Amino acid sequence: MNVKQLWSFIRKEARHILRDKRTLAVLFVMPLAQILIFGYVISTEIKDARIGVLDHARDYSSRQVIDRLVSSGYFMVQDYYSGRGQMESALRKGDIQMAVVFSPDFGSSMERPGGANMQFIADASDANTARMLVNYAEGIVAGYEFESTEVSSRRIAPLIVEARMFYNPSLRGVLMSVPGIMAMILILVSAMMTSISITREKEYGSMEVLLISPLQPWQIILGKVAPYVILSLVNAITILAVGVFVFQVPMSGSYLVLAFVSLLYILLSLSLGIFISTVAPNQMVAMFISLFALMLPTILLSGFIYPIENMPVWLQWFSYIMPPRYYISALKDVMFKGAGLFVVWKEVLIMTGFLGAFLLLSIRNFKVRLE
Amino acid sequence: METSSHVINVKDLVKKFGDFTANDHLNFQVKKGEVFGFLGANGAGKTTAIKILCGLSLPTSGLVEVAGYNVKTHPEKVKSSIGYMSQKFSLYDDLTVFENIRLFGTIYGLSSGEIKKRSGEMLSRLGIEEQRNRLLSTLSLGWKQKLAFSVAVLHRPKIVFLDEPTSGVDPITRRQFWELIYQAADEGITVFVTTHYLDEAEYCNRVTIMVDGRISALDTPAGLKTQLDCDTMNDVFLKLTRPN
Repeated sequence: MNVKQLWSFIRKEARHILRDKRTLAVLFVMPLAQILIFGYVISTEIKDARIGVLDHARDYSSRQVIDRLVSSGYFMVQDYYSGRGQMESALRKGDIQMAVVFSPDFGSSMERPGGANMQFIADASDANTARMLVNYAEGIVAGYEFESTEVSSRRIAPLIVEARMFYNPSLRGVLMSVPGIMAMILILVSAMMTSISITREKEYGSMEVLLISPLQPWQIILGKVAPYVILSLVNAITILAVGVFVFQVPMSGSYLVLAFVSLLYILLSLSLGIFISTVAPNQMVAMFISLFALMLPTILLSGFIYPIENMPVWLQWFSYIMPPRYYISALKDVMFKGAGLFVVWKEVLIMTGFLGAFLLLSIRNFKVRLE
Repeated sequence: METSSHVINVKDLVKKFGDFTANDHLNFQVKKGEVFGFLGANGAGKTTAIKILCGLSLPTSGLVEVAGYNVKTHPEKVKSSIGYMSQKFSLYDDLTVFENIRLFGTIYGLSSGEIKKRSGEMLSRLGIEEQRNRLLSTLSLGWKQKLAFSVAVLHRPKIVFLDEPTSGVDPITRRQFWELIYQAADEGITVFVTTHYLDEAEYCNRVTIMVDGRISALDTPAGLKTQLDCDTMNDVFLKLTRPN
């Protein structure tokens, strides 16, 4: 009813946030730290993998193959070995991730019908990386073999499979993590911080004072969440800016659609935070609900790190009720594929549904409590 | 016209939570400018009654009028004519003294001019003008409580509800606190106060003692003492709450 009342209440909430320097620092540093960690450290891509070479042939062809491997950018030669024992100990110590072994007559046997022998020995204690290294190396060697064989001597016309990775041509992991981090940070800031700040008023007894005052319940809630909308938007912009300018994540869609989808997701998270605050009796419980009920499922079940298709069916069903799943999928569509609102309408609709449901539940719980 | 001088009028107030009856047919009136003490052991139904009087909770049955408005039909009117302070919360620690005053002043509809004028008067009356811009967390509990009371009456409500306002503060501060209460009562503000300190009950014009959801006594402190043949309010309280 009175805008001045609401405004003074929003200013009060903003002061609470601004004066809590430690929390504020965490809120701003966390997204940056997350994206840098995911961008630089946890990369699922192969770049400059350390290989060791045990070249018994030392001929033109073996050097050619090594050059090919190195010039691809995926591998770098750490060392050359003269004996198998040397190579194995390097592999065991972890100096190299994969060894490349050429048989003594490598070059000359390429001309013979029996073919030439070479061997890749990968350190499979990290199974995923080992498999990827071997796959990449095989691809490179196959390309070399195909080119270096005389056209006339090809016995059969080769079947050439050309695979192209659309929207993320170089399969860069950071592309996947930007939408994921945005989803995680936004739900964390919006839902956890609001639920904590509302339950704090309950715990301190100030909620009672506010409810007895002429402020309407909706004014109290609006006043409490409004500053967090701005905080979340700042966080979203930070993550996006670092993603686009530092990691060259493509942004092919419209910023307007992106802003709209993000705002909807922020509102959805805030309504979830309000709902949690109507259930949690104190700040501690609010924090635990937010962390365990929001963070872990966001990371594990929304398709952020593990593909939803690889999950057992019952977990896939569970992932349908994870709001971040829809935000991540909409973000990917907009950012990487340049999709407009008409493409992501399903996600928008589902998120709106979640928003409405959480609001209704909160209002119901709030009324029950006042009875 | 008898009820018009009553700022609180409670008739047959019943509040039930399921099978449990928290308030069992309460009847009382409070006159304008009166200091009305509301006593009772923990769980006697005091808090429930205060919540209903403040419009925070609805009565199951009965009539409750506060400041001339029915709490059932006009809770908003009731809320803007009362002030409230509880021991649990006295203003925000991370806001300054003046920011607290301005926040609650604005919430109760005062203009910024009025807030400036009244807060100046209030702080000089309390003698803490120079603490205006200090964070509340740097003040002692006693000062916080006195300030919280002054903020609760800043908008000159018809009635101020005080829920155990002096718990945890030293005797000197309690004394000063009661001086503030009398000042407010002199200005025509009705004071409705709950307390656990029975010496404070002596300071009230009239006292109600609640036992198991009912009002078991309501009179002036002197009247109660003669009625129950006791020397102190402490004995009165014990006699009523533990009959044997």
